[in-house]
Amino acid sequence: MALTLDDVKRIAQLARIEVAPAEAGEVLSRMTGIFRLIEEMQAVDTTGVAPMSHAQDVMQRLRDDVVTESDRHVLFQSIAPQVEADLYLVPKVIE
Amino acid sequence: MHMLNFTLKQLAAELAAKRVSSVEVTEFFLKRINGLGKTLNAFISVDDERSLAAARSADVVLAKGGAGPLTGIPFAHKDIFCAQGWRTTCASKILSNFVAPYDAHVIAQFNRAGAVIAGKTNMDEFAMGSSNETSYYGPVKNPWDTAAVPGGSSGGSAAAVAARLVPAATGTDTGGSIRQPAALSGVCGLKPTYGVVSRYGMIAFASSLDQAGPFAKTAEDLALMMNAMAGHDARDSTSLEREPEDYARDLPLSIHGLRIGLPAEFFAAGMAPDVARAVDQAVAEFRKLGCETVEVSLPNMKLSVPVYYVLAPAEASSNLSRFDGVRYGYRAPEYTDLADMYSKTRAQGFGAEVKRRILIGTYVLSHGYYDAYYLKAQKLRRLIAQDFVEAFKKCDVIMGPTTPTTAFNLGEKAGDPVQMYLSDIYTIAVNLAGLPGMSIPCGFGREKKGEGSALPLNPSDHPVGLQIIGNYFDEAKMLNVAHQYQQATDWHMRMPPGIA
Repeated sequence: MALTLDDVKRIAQLARIEVAPAEAGEVLSRMTGIFRLIEEMQAVDTTGVAPMSHAQDVMQRLRDDVVTESDRHVLFQSIAPQVEADLYLVPKVIE
Repeated sequence: MHMLNFTLKQLAAELAAKRVSSVEVTEFFLKRINGLGKTLNAFISVDDERSLAAARSADVVLAKGGAGPLTGIPFAHKDIFCAQGWRTTCASKILSNFVAPYDAHVIAQFNRAGAVIAGKTNMDEFAMGSSNETSYYGPVKNPWDTAAVPGGSSGGSAAAVAARLVPAATGTDTGGSIRQPAALSGVCGLKPTYGVVSRYGMIAFASSLDQAGPFAKTAEDLALMMNAMAGHDARDSTSLEREPEDYARDLPLSIHGLRIGLPAEFFAAGMAPDVARAVDQAVAEFRKLGCETVEVSLPNMKLSVPVYYVLAPAEASSNLSRFDGVRYGYRAPEYTDLADMYSKTRAQGFGAEVKRRILIGTYVLSHGYYDAYYLKAQKLRRLIAQDFVEAFKKCDVIMGPTTPTTAFNLGEKAGDPVQMYLSDIYTIAVNLAGLPGMSIPCGFGREKKGEGSALPLNPSDHPVGLQIIGNYFDEAKMLNVAHQYQQATDWHMRMPPGIA
């Protein structure tokens, strides 16, 4: 598998990280080096091995469906970039 | 000056006997943080007034006689832990203006124990790095040699303890970020079994691997800190429900007859001769203490670095999607629309290594590549974990080097991510398996330019770390093993020259 500049553009778009055209070549070469390391995985046969997603195989706990959090929106919104009428402001999405 | 090299236990005794107050201890260490700490760049945030206010409260508790083992003692916390009212940046521009509105569980536990927050330590940005060079706030210098890195990602915490800027500190370890800097900076560090310490309020990097742990001068101090840090917390869904334990309970036990597993893979080519020499001497010391050594094998360990660089970036790409310039943190000053605001905020707010890992993670999780990378890595993770299960049938603890070399120079590996990743070759498998691991000082090597591994050693040489890996929940046994070694040797009490 060889990464291309188009892959870098597509991934950057998916990740919502702007990669300037001037930087793309550098990003591609670094990622290619890292994927060369990652490709070493393919040398081992893992047929029939169950994937391990977590170090401890524990069940997610359930809790009673009751309110446990208090309303702290004033504190939490005090550190937001832009707030108005208790709402987070973002650029207009719909014309 | 007399308390410079005091352990937590000695400081607690001084405080209890009223020979010194918490305010005096805190002022003593703050002075060091604001002096030598600045030279080393070990801290991101220091707030003398806030620290001294906590010290005054601790003195009230001490006067009343209700003190515990940590009451009134100043601790530095890695800037990855949210502490209410403290700027908490994770060493990133994107959180450079973030004042935490709540306490992480670890912070709350130290507060409950009456400890003082001495400041927030420098680190690799979002804990992604092995040298502390990816910090937005600049690299930390190694107190043993200011041309060298302290290790990472918890480089500021390791350097702070090594330089005696604080008696002890906290860190986090996703692929070696406590053990590797502990080794390179010549202090003790413990990564507990996954799930023993709550991750609540600890800024997430790779959630299935991240675990908080202590840095200190002695194994005994690590045990005292674990007693405060460990325990169930319902706010972290992976926090394990276990009976509370006293991590110091087994410290005095004899280790005669202990079976030490030495993995052939740890002692293969790749380990620098000076590291090998110090580790071999440590193993010989354990034999003198009555331990037996057995050879064990971890055949899949060589795959742990590639597996880690699929799983950790994948989890990071998901965890770091929350930094979007909407609810907190940095927002790009100029943008055209919402998508552009996200992309510019993240492009400007994250450093190169963080962006690289997010892009890798996004790629391996993207449509068509999931099976080849993410699922493959999860299967190999199982094989790596099973190797340890087999090894622990033959031994009680596993020992080897923490790192392949002693501290490398600032800038030496910064331009080559793959070389940097390989410096965690001995630590990553432990995180993948979820096992507890620690590093303790076991001697000195010489990695300075042009000197090779020339002997004899002198005090300005770089520290070497011995890694001790335990079976699940065997922290108390590992601490016992390390404590017994520290009763017979004094590597752990050595201080970098010129720091007093």
